[in-house]
Amino acid sequence: MAEVLVLVDHADGEVKKVTLELLTAARRVGTPAAVWVGPGVDGALETLAANGAERVYVADAPEFVDHVVVPSVELLTQLVTEKEPAAVLVSATAENKEIAARAAIRTGSGILTDVVDLNADLVAEHSIFGGSTVSHARVTKGTPFVALRPNAISAEPTAAAGEREDVTVELSDAATAVRVVERVVQQQGERPDLSEAGIVVSGGRGVGSEDFSVVEELADALGAAVGASRAATDAGWYPHQFQVGQTGKTVSPNLYIALGISGAIQHRAGMQTSKNIVAVNKDPQAPIFELADYGVVGDLHKVAPQLTEEIKKRK
Amino acid sequence: MNIVVLVKQVPDTENERTLRGDDFTLDRAGSQGVLNELCEYAIEEAMLQKEKHGGEVTVLTMGPEQATETIRKALSMGADKAIHLSDEGLHGSDALQSAYALAKVLEGLEYDVVIMGSESTDARTGVLGAALAEYLGVAQLTQASKVEIDSDARKATVRRVTDDGYAVVEAQLPAVVSVVEKINEPRYPSFKLIMQAKKKPVETLDLAAAKIDPAEVGLAAAATAVADAQPAPARGVGTVVDDEGSGGAKIAEFLASKKFL
Repeated sequence: MAEVLVLVDHADGEVKKVTLELLTAARRVGTPAAVWVGPGVDGALETLAANGAERVYVADAPEFVDHVVVPSVELLTQLVTEKEPAAVLVSATAENKEIAARAAIRTGSGILTDVVDLNADLVAEHSIFGGSTVSHARVTKGTPFVALRPNAISAEPTAAAGEREDVTVELSDAATAVRVVERVVQQQGERPDLSEAGIVVSGGRGVGSEDFSVVEELADALGAAVGASRAATDAGWYPHQFQVGQTGKTVSPNLYIALGISGAIQHRAGMQTSKNIVAVNKDPQAPIFELADYGVVGDLHKVAPQLTEEIKKRK
Repeated sequence: MNIVVLVKQVPDTENERTLRGDDFTLDRAGSQGVLNELCEYAIEEAMLQKEKHGGEVTVLTMGPEQATETIRKALSMGADKAIHLSDEGLHGSDALQSAYALAKVLEGLEYDVVIMGSESTDARTGVLGAALAEYLGVAQLTQASKVEIDSDARKATVRRVTDDGYAVVEAQLPAVVSVVEKINEPRYPSFKLIMQAKKKPVETLDLAAAKIDPAEVGLAAAATAVADAQPAPARGVGTVVDDEGSGGAKIAEFLASKKFL
């Protein structure tokens, strides 16, 4: 069976959950082979093997840290040419989509982004127009490049060889044209990554102030990520990188709790594919209730703390 | 400094959007076209850079005839002139083909920076900037929340938004820059600018004029194909209750029934 390349997402040597989902998706299509970029693979080999990676291609030259996008493009291009994989899977982050698009161009291939499901014949499902339409598409030329949304597929661990193979890439001048001067991590505390969290608790206009603790405390009780509506980030109540919506992040968690968010179409576009939706809003006419599996018409400042207490009690 | 701003007409997200039943491309006839929101931030950034460094701002769009409305909007925000790539042969082009076609137009222009929004509200692929940089062979400075240009050193430095914060990256010009909505506050066109926009030059190019190979663009040549599309299954009607003092506890019961607790 042909290999399926999976570009690994990792932070400080820790493999992100979405990569385990991609390895599971890859197994439907062929033999999963992980592609590791940057330092820190030693501590991660075991995780990758335990989640189905038969092989782990490792490219850890310093150029991969000092420059963005193009070094990974050249790595993927080289691997696609040499290994002739059945497909290349990446997570649907902004950077990975850019990497996949440029590698697709170089290899004469097509790319499908923001895929929510993938079958053994590489037919990809999309949820488009803010979740109102479901469509299916496939790549018809070259090697399919597929960017999958986090939480689209459940990770199913399975033991595999996880055999390491180091890869050297002769990088072109183009690969080093964009230099990284500084990297700043703004993720708060120990909360899970918003894009791939299984539970997201978001606050909107109804929070009413910079004090987002009512949202954060509920999120922490659930082990969830914190999100915010555009109204909240525009008001400066919460940092922009936590914005969920059309001009922010698209999330697809198992549970999405919207606190004081009316549910304008722009917000819905970013969270509509969540598996379960809970909404708290003072306005019974708020459009978010059309989506909610469970909704409470009321003041989030009363409902959310009570919910937080209840969760703590049950733990 | 010559700046080219890419703009796109998209269906208004306030209205229902659909795909055509025959070829699963966007049904433009059935929807009101508006300027893609992030394009406004790109135009604003181009104007701010022009105010700092001088030069000219050219608007470039690819789309059917009706996209001229979008061009006028961009011109009324202060851009100097526009180029409209319009040809039936482009219908159904995917993101990579669109990048190829736009790169062909740009190859015929003198530019220092290309500025665009980081994604459109219709296709939302977010790959056009990267693909364009690939075709043009110039630096990619995308997902920018801050742009600084040193025109003497011909260098640009941007704050690139990442999943967990940001990276500061720099490159020599020319470069392709894509911007996120955090970058600035787009201006409202003044009446004077709206009137002036009507007189600004708009050049229309077809495939031949832009030296685009017709075999490389359009639905038939796309590297991806849509097989089907249908309305998403309706979400089951949920339960909505009034908070009578136990709203939080009721949500906890719901979460427990779904095994979240």
